[in-house]
Amino acid sequence: MSLADSKIRTQDIAHDEQQDYLWTLNFGPQHPATHTTLRIVMKLEGERVVDAMPDIGYLHSGFEKIGESLDYNQYVTVTDRMNYISPTANNIAWHGAVEKLLGIEITPRCKYIRTIIAELQRISDHLLCNGAVGLDSGAFTFFLYAFNKREDIYDIMETLCGARFTHSYTRTGGLSQDFTPLVVEKIRNFCKTFPKVLDDMERLLNRNRIFVDRTKGVGILTREEALSRSATGPIARASGVTRDLRKDEPYLAYSDFDFTVPCMKQGDCFARYLVRQAEMRESLKIIQQAIENVPAGPINVSLDERMTLPSKKMVYMTIEGTINHFELAMTNRGFETPHEESYGAVEAPNGELGFYLVGDGTDVAYRARCRPPSYIHFAMFPHLIRGHTLSDVVAVLGSLNIIAAELDR
Amino acid sequence: MPVASAETLRALELSIGSLGQSEFRGQTRVVVAREQLAAAFTTLRDARGFDLLVDVTCVDYLNYRDAEHRFGLVYQLANVTTNERITLRVYLDEPDLTVTSATGWWEGANWMEREVWDMFGITFAGHPDHRRILCPDEFTAHPLRKDYPLQGRGERHNFPVLTRNQA
Repeated sequence: MSLADSKIRTQDIAHDEQQDYLWTLNFGPQHPATHTTLRIVMKLEGERVVDAMPDIGYLHSGFEKIGESLDYNQYVTVTDRMNYISPTANNIAWHGAVEKLLGIEITPRCKYIRTIIAELQRISDHLLCNGAVGLDSGAFTFFLYAFNKREDIYDIMETLCGARFTHSYTRTGGLSQDFTPLVVEKIRNFCKTFPKVLDDMERLLNRNRIFVDRTKGVGILTREEALSRSATGPIARASGVTRDLRKDEPYLAYSDFDFTVPCMKQGDCFARYLVRQAEMRESLKIIQQAIENVPAGPINVSLDERMTLPSKKMVYMTIEGTINHFELAMTNRGFETPHEESYGAVEAPNGELGFYLVGDGTDVAYRARCRPPSYIHFAMFPHLIRGHTLSDVVAVLGSLNIIAAELDR
Repeated sequence: MPVASAETLRALELSIGSLGQSEFRGQTRVVVAREQLAAAFTTLRDARGFDLLVDVTCVDYLNYRDAEHRFGLVYQLANVTTNERITLRVYLDEPDLTVTSATGWWEGANWMEREVWDMFGITFAGHPDHRRILCPDEFTAHPLRKDYPLQGRGERHNFPVLTRNQA
């Protein structure tokens, strides 16, 4: 489990004819431990990985090209399918970027609801990621604890918007549904039961000899490397980069809440696991503060903005509502966007998720670039795995939380 | 989003001359000539501490109103200590679509630039691994260009067919 000695380090720059004794192993694209569809070709010296070459693109489905022909509200369904482990976090990132381009200020209630949902999605994402790391390194019970709790979050989302997996919850300037008393009750219940599950999970794994031996000192990323390789999110914070957009560039309602940003210096798989565990506690803190203080008022921006569909009462009772509904619902109309470009980013569970949007006057983006954290983190994989054993591949892969749908888009 | 500070812009102006500077929604954007990109990278990273390359992407302005150039490369840079952000834009026109690779300054540029090459056909001089990344190697087109149709040109039919024995 130790780092590569200098002999192995020099081998990866040796010529091909000198590497004849190396064994090539194909890992994926279909393999239980990749969890999604990606392929790695590894050169092995016995059990030790001398080099790894990721081969991606198996799930490439042209999301950015589709973004140039769907309007800003339609495209939210595509963002669901990017990081499908935390779909609403992508929805919020997308519409956050759209609203930034349009220059809309959303209502306080909408900000709070989006914050709560974003944090629930963060918990959901971290539960899956840590659960999968546990599963791949032999801790099956831990995985079941995590998945059982994710089910509660799916349940909340189902009550909230009717969909369990692909929520498409946000709209330009608002949300598709408001909170109901049942949703609030379910979130409160979740806040009550979740700390105990977190405690149980940490008792199972934090001092577990097998898990600690398999993750500690594996896949070390130093602070300099993390910055140079554009790491963000929990992976950067496990390497000592104290960057969190929720604190550094407060968006939504994050500046109202009291929470800390967990960071570690070790930069190995174990540190990434601990950072994610600690982040779930902080997310829970944010949800607890937010759910009791959700401001009253509308969830959508006012009618004057001409962005969101008015309520049915407005459509039938007022002339402004009728006209507004017509303008937005007809395919040859829709709202206007500035002839400009902007980049809006949020702190998604996996790191900085940003959208670079180019508006051309119509309500369809001229260019919709997604900055996917998985893509940027997977580029580090060969560097992290070099010199480790084959069994460490799953630990490193799991701790990077690679979601192939977001990787390939 | 925090804007770039006045000192950063001054330092950049000293190294590359006049800046085509603009601001929109709190973002500072600077237009850099292709020849001066390396100087701009060095100034920003070494003198102003922009240690995080957030994103590299490209926009094809083929049918864009009032556009003067065909392609615009976009570099998003951030300083994780001061939380400054700056956007660099480089305009390119056919036939010469070559630009200095940022991998010498930030290693994270590696895959981002490969994606730009794959999708737009921009060549990065000095890139250590200049291959396609998302599309297969046999692909000849650059699909995010505006002259590439949404439903493709039938590249699938031209792919070599592998039999079980060859695989």
